Amino acid sequence: MKVISKVSDTSLNDLVEERMNPVVEYFGNIYRGLKTAMIGMQITFKHLFTRAVTIQYPTVKMKLPERARNRLYVNMDDCIGCDQCAMACPVDCIDIETIKSAPEDNLGMTSTGQKKRLYVPVFDIDIAKCCYCGLCVYPCPTECIKMTDVYEFSEFDRHNLIYSFSTMTPAEIETAKVKAKKMEEEVAAKKAAAAAAAKAAAEAKAAAPPAPTPASGEQQQKTE
Amino acid sequence: MEQLLKTLIGDTLLNHVIIAALPLVFILLFALVAIYVEMKMAAHMQDRLAYMRTGWHGVLQPIADMLKLLQKEDTIPTAADRIFFILAPYVVFIGSYAAFAALPFGSSFIGSNLNIGIFYIVAISSLVVVGIMMAGWSSNNKWSLFGALRSAAQIISYEIPSAFAILGVVMIAGTMNLQELSAAQTGGVQHWMIFGGTLPLMKKLIVIPVMLVLFVVYYVSSMAEVNRTPFDIPEAESELVQGYMTEYSGMKFAIFYLAEYANLFAVSAIATVLFFGGWASPFASAMTGPLWSTFWFVAKGMLLVCVNIWLRWTLPRLRVDQLMYVSWKVLTPFAFACVLALGLILVW
Repeated sequence: MKVISKVSDTSLNDLVEERMNPVVEYFGNIYRGLKTAMIGMQITFKHLFTRAVTIQYPTVKMKLPERARNRLYVNMDDCIGCDQCAMACPVDCIDIETIKSAPEDNLGMTSTGQKKRLYVPVFDIDIAKCCYCGLCVYPCPTECIKMTDVYEFSEFDRHNLIYSFSTMTPAEIETAKVKAKKMEEEVAAKKAAAAAAAKAAAEAKAAAPPAPTPASGEQQQKTE
Repeated sequence: MEQLLKTLIGDTLLNHVIIAALPLVFILLFALVAIYVEMKMAAHMQDRLAYMRTGWHGVLQPIADMLKLLQKEDTIPTAADRIFFILAPYVVFIGSYAAFAALPFGSSFIGSNLNIGIFYIVAISSLVVVGIMMAGWSSNNKWSLFGALRSAAQIISYEIPSAFAILGVVMIAGTMNLQELSAAQTGGVQHWMIFGGTLPLMKKLIVIPVMLVLFVVYYVSSMAEVNRTPFDIPEAESELVQGYMTEYSGMKFAIFYLAEYANLFAVSAIATVLFFGGWASPFASAMTGPLWSTFWFVAKGMLLVCVNIWLRWTLPRLRVDQLMYVSWKVLTPFAFACVLALGLILVW
């Protein structure tokens, strides 16, 4: 223990520290050592009888908070194939493919009352790539992609971690694709016919000479 | 014990071999129990659970540890000094084990009733220094060498206060024979050496504080002798990997480990014999007899082992210079002063 000496006339004295009597210091150290050891032993003795804070994991699991972000889940009934989640994902782990449906097809309604217009044959999430940021959850218009509290989903094979949420069977996909292709061809044919008709009309118009309009020419000179 | 074996087998060499092997059985069982108790006590002091999966609350864990050590690969570094490397653990173990020969396990169970019992124990347990030095040098590893040198310095420095403390007790009792020392403390708690032994009351009152100081001196130096925290610089687990035991694995490591626990029990047992009555029952006449005396001896030994574990998980490790300071500048002067005081009191 050091005692700072009293303020006196010379400034140098302020920097000098007085040591305690070494004998007193020696016995003081021993006493302090023993006393603190006793205090320490008291504390550990008390802790010997406190309840342990360990949670014995596989048999007892901790409850996760309500908004914990763990494995993703997609409710395909509500998915409208807007691709917002795939675009929002920073690691590109969501893979979506859509097929246009015909206006008369009934794909059903989402829970928010929207009519679904797109078939979603491929909705793959590579959960190994997912960084659990939750950025895909907010853009979804129907709130169909969610983060659940499941965290025990290890697999032996990496490829088992690519989750496919799409509920279309290969047959359905095939029919949808065929239908979509047919529709496209119809639209293209119509467009071609319309283009041909427009072209014919334009050619007919070009055949007549263009009429001059002097009134518009004078107005232009005044405003300048 | 010898009589019993003589009647069973006849007076052969096998008798002596069996008697010599009995403390080994005790050490092995004690090590299993001590490892379990240490882990569990340490865990509960830190508000956590230790082993819970192997057996009910982990009672089978020490056996699992033992099996693991037995089937581990026993590596010897290429550049290590083979002979000393292989011999070192056994030398250390012999040093700890030989002390068990003179410990009075009960009123009629003692390996060898030496007249210089305690002197023999102090001398033979210095053999561990040789073993540790062998382990450190032959490992061909700088850190092991540091650990071994520190350990040698530590053990040698702490033998002096420990010897003085023992001297104090021997002065009061008048004998170095451990069996007689324990026998002198029968008849109730008041006859225990820490309370002055069988001295008249006036002298007792003056002697008791001196004996308390001597007990603290002995206990602290015995902890340093067996390299237990706060004096475990040689095995400083976070500094020197495992100190002088770094290069050892498998069976040799198991022997070192066993030697540490054997040493632990040996010094706790010596402390109980010297200060707390050995195998004498704390009640004047109840619970006496050969089997009861063994129970008391082991129970008191275990209690001091538990206090040792308690201290291990309470105090931080001492630095090497602090270690030397404590030994030479605190324990030795105090022990010397106490022995001096005892001498004056006894002469009066």
